[in-house]
Amino acid sequence: MKNTKILFLISVVLIFGINLLSDYINSYYYQIIIYAGINIILATSLNLINGYAGQFSLGHAGFMAIGAYLSASISTYFAPSLLSIFGDAVIGKAIWFILVLFIGGVGASIVGVIVGVPSLRLKGDYLAITTLGFGEIIRVVIQNLDIIGASQGFRGIYVYDNGVKSLEMIPELSGITYKFYSIPQYTDFFWAFLVVAIIIFSITNLIRSTYGRGFIAVKDDEIAAEAMGINTTKFKVTAFVLGAFFAGVAGGLYSHFVQYINPEDFNFLRSIEIVVMVILGGMGSTIGVVFAAIILTILPELLRDVQQYRMIIYALLIIIMMLVRPQGLFGIKLQKKKKITPEQPPKATLKD
Amino acid sequence: MLRVENLTVNYGAINALKGITINVPEKSIITLIGANGAGKTTTLRAISSVVKSAGGSRIYYEDKDITNLPPHKIVEMGLCQVPEGRLIFANLTVKENLDMGAYLRKDKQNLKNDLDFIFNIFPRLKERIKQPGGTLSGGEQQMLAISRALMSKPKLLLLDEPSLGIAPILVRTIFEKIVEINKSLGTTILLVEQNAHFALSVANFGYVLETGNIILEGPAKELEANPEVRKAYLGEA
Repeated sequence: MKNTKILFLISVVLIFGINLLSDYINSYYYQIIIYAGINIILATSLNLINGYAGQFSLGHAGFMAIGAYLSASISTYFAPSLLSIFGDAVIGKAIWFILVLFIGGVGASIVGVIVGVPSLRLKGDYLAITTLGFGEIIRVVIQNLDIIGASQGFRGIYVYDNGVKSLEMIPELSGITYKFYSIPQYTDFFWAFLVVAIIIFSITNLIRSTYGRGFIAVKDDEIAAEAMGINTTKFKVTAFVLGAFFAGVAGGLYSHFVQYINPEDFNFLRSIEIVVMVILGGMGSTIGVVFAAIILTILPELLRDVQQYRMIIYALLIIIMMLVRPQGLFGIKLQKKKKITPEQPPKATLKD
Repeated sequence: MLRVENLTVNYGAINALKGITINVPEKSIITLIGANGAGKTTTLRAISSVVKSAGGSRIYYEDKDITNLPPHKIVEMGLCQVPEGRLIFANLTVKENLDMGAYLRKDKQNLKNDLDFIFNIFPRLKERIKQPGGTLSGGEQQMLAISRALMSKPKLLLLDEPSLGIAPILVRTIFEKIVEINKSLGTTILLVEQNAHFALSVANFGYVLETGNIILEGPAKELEANPEVRKAYLGEA
């Protein structure tokens, strides 16, 4: 436990140090590095749900979308008041950013509770379908919410001096001065990888604790876990909500980096991408999932020249992986239970 | 200690238990024998509330009505089930499995003693302490499942077919240990078995279950001597 704490502090210092060098990094590479960080957060948080707790969720992009939109709209709609409270200095920005990321995460986890409590009664395929449907619902709702740009996407708002807030310039108000508040670009190497360090640290510690073993117990055998007095529903919902929280934070990091979000950024394919990272890395292996997230962020960039074949290569990669290493890149081989068949029932009964 | 009255369980349209009544006095070993599909496992699952019992059923534990309480509440009261087919946590080590058994314990400082007690009964588990549960042999897994349940300090232990799929030589050992647990810890045991011979040899009282009904009951020795039981369950012609 102590070791991981020291490791965590060292990595925070390292992240801070590397961040100072970020001006020297080619902006294209820089962007890929940030995306990798965000993907690591998404994949490790999904790994808690899919890998450790064994509940197959296909709606992670939905939680990400909630975090992205919630944090972005607070950062823009409330920009004037946030500016007056926190000012323009580095510290003020940091508090502001932490605040909106947190709200985004909490928003996503509240929805996680609402979706999780009824749907986690389902198992396997049924749960996957429910969560898939949920992810799509989120996307479609956003697509129809004019206040955050609907299908046009969202990049910021115009605030007129007479108090009118609008997504687009209003011709009737042409005489009045206005200011455009775009989604601020707060996400940098430091913030993205600070969250990466936090999530890896907290998940590692959680899984090593007796409480965290409960997640694995629920995955290994629900009936046995129940017989041991573990409240399985509570554990499943907890994993789901924690995963949703970090997905929401990842969404906030994403929107505060690209400064333009569109409902299509969070579609079904996005969820699949995250699931693929988890499977490729090895369900229930944080280190493997981190590597898979990095590889699957870089790979499409390397394949840019043949981008239309990307999905084919993706699919092939997964098929080969499943054949060669079903436990994933770093996954430990999961122990299968031996199938036990009861002996043949006695033929005779008392009624004979 | 445990009174089951008129227990009825339905799986959809299938009537698995048709109103059975069982009485388990304190510190006794009570067995429930019967063929496949008689409803033995269902009885245990209904007691620990993993399956819901139908209206009219009543389960009293230490004079408290526990019918359809959430499973974890029932475990908290000191009633612990060892599920059929050695449902251990395959990806957790032996030690971690045992820790999960003590999950609800408040007196964590006594765990060491209980571990020692368990390793004393099942020395084999101590040798395998760091191994994942899934790599153990069938008999060892059953030992682990029983030990895990003991870690919760149950007053009443529900054992579901401990002999299932275990090498015959180990079956005897397991049953000897069950008696030892009952004697030295004073744990009351409700034992469900297909292996009527062994079950009746260790129990004080037995019930014979057939397609959801109790068709015979009596002291274990009498049941063992009963010609019908001998014919149906003990392989006599």
